Amino acid sequence: MKVTIKYFGLVAEAAEKSEEVLELNGELTALELKAQCLESLAIADKESVQIAVNQNLNDTITLKDGDEVALLPPFAGG
Amino acid sequence: MSRYDRQIKLTEVGPEGQKRLRNAKVLIVGVGGLGSPAAMYLTGAGIGKIGLMDHDKVDMSNLHRQVLFQESDVGRSKATVAKERLENQNSEVEFEVYQEPLTIENAENIIKQYDVVLDGTDNFETKYLINDACILADKPWVFASIYKNEGQLSVFNYENGPTYRCVFPKSTRENISCEATGVLGVLPGILGTLQAAEVLKINLGTGEVLSGKLKLINMMQASEQTININKHSEEVEKIRKNGIAPVYIDCDLKNKEQWYLDVREVFEQPKPKGKKVLSIPMGDLTLRYQEIPNNQEVFVFCQSGKRSKNAIEILKNEFGFHNLKNVEGGIETIIDG
Repeated sequence: MKVTIKYFGLVAEAAEKSEEVLELNGELTALELKAQCLESLAIADKESVQIAVNQNLNDTITLKDGDEVALLPPFAGG
Repeated sequence: MSRYDRQIKLTEVGPEGQKRLRNAKVLIVGVGGLGSPAAMYLTGAGIGKIGLMDHDKVDMSNLHRQVLFQESDVGRSKATVAKERLENQNSEVEFEVYQEPLTIENAENIIKQYDVVLDGTDNFETKYLINDACILADKPWVFASIYKNEGQLSVFNYENGPTYRCVFPKSTRENISCEATGVLGVLPGILGTLQAAEVLKINLGTGEVLSGKLKLINMMQASEQTININKHSEEVEKIRKNGIAPVYIDCDLKNKEQWYLDVREVFEQPKPKGKKVLSIPMGDLTLRYQEIPNNQEVFVFCQSGKRSKNAIEILKNEFGFHNLKNVEGGIETIIDG
């Protein structure tokens, strides 16, 4: 199945892209996908990155074909 | 012709709405990139009372985005300059200046005196502090934050809606400010203006308030997205039950046997733990210098290495300390991990 990942803030920077489509095999929760996406990235506090699936904040949901997953780090600047 | 004629013409405002704005009290925490445009539009709209809170001084590097300030203001208190400037814009608005940071001690009391809080801060600690104090005082707050070319916006704790902790339950040490990352002045301009719009809708009691939603704006890509967020009642109940949860982001220092002196203000983060770390803010040095060991090497640090250098000068010249070494690059260079 295909899932679109959208990266924001310092996650997009570390990933060097703001969006990609991943081909996934087998069942995966949003949280598992996040761990997989962030694994190789230099992000100090991965726990602070939140997950939205199809524009809803949720990390426990099992992903299905066509889902859009957003990885959202908190911003502090003002 | 009334000064508010052009907004009173709107059916969403009308004379009744203008009266509501006149009776509204808004606290702006942080009069910087977000707070400047927000304060100007809220002043223009005729909000009855505006609290201006900022403990910082105007710096030349602020002027490209903090549109309240002029070159001649450099070195002056942001909150005071903001009041002077805004009074000229609208003498009907009452302003209250707070030249102090929001703290666990003062937050609830100050926020209680207002109807809405507008978050113009640039750090996670104060955002969590505003969040928790607003839960206790039962007030909504309008949040915005920026990272480089992106912004986040939401209204929290509005009519029992979700709070900041419902999106980001825990604070993080990755406290990256505009100073560190860079930002185009227009981005806080856009976000601060949107915050002012949310404040107006809340006070007018009209329109769709951005509660239960997190708006994400990417200025460079000219794109926007809205994420739905749910309330996590347990996060809110925890605060109601236990009070404001301090977000002391603690850290370890590399050398645990070494004596350290932290001369930053108590609210500055992260906070190193350890028996050999003394915390004495610059202003308290002359009162508390006797707490500093004088028979072994003590490393003195602040955020960047500048204040600690001054602190060493004072301690050396006035109190005869010869055992102090400056941490040149600031706290980040001595943190473990």
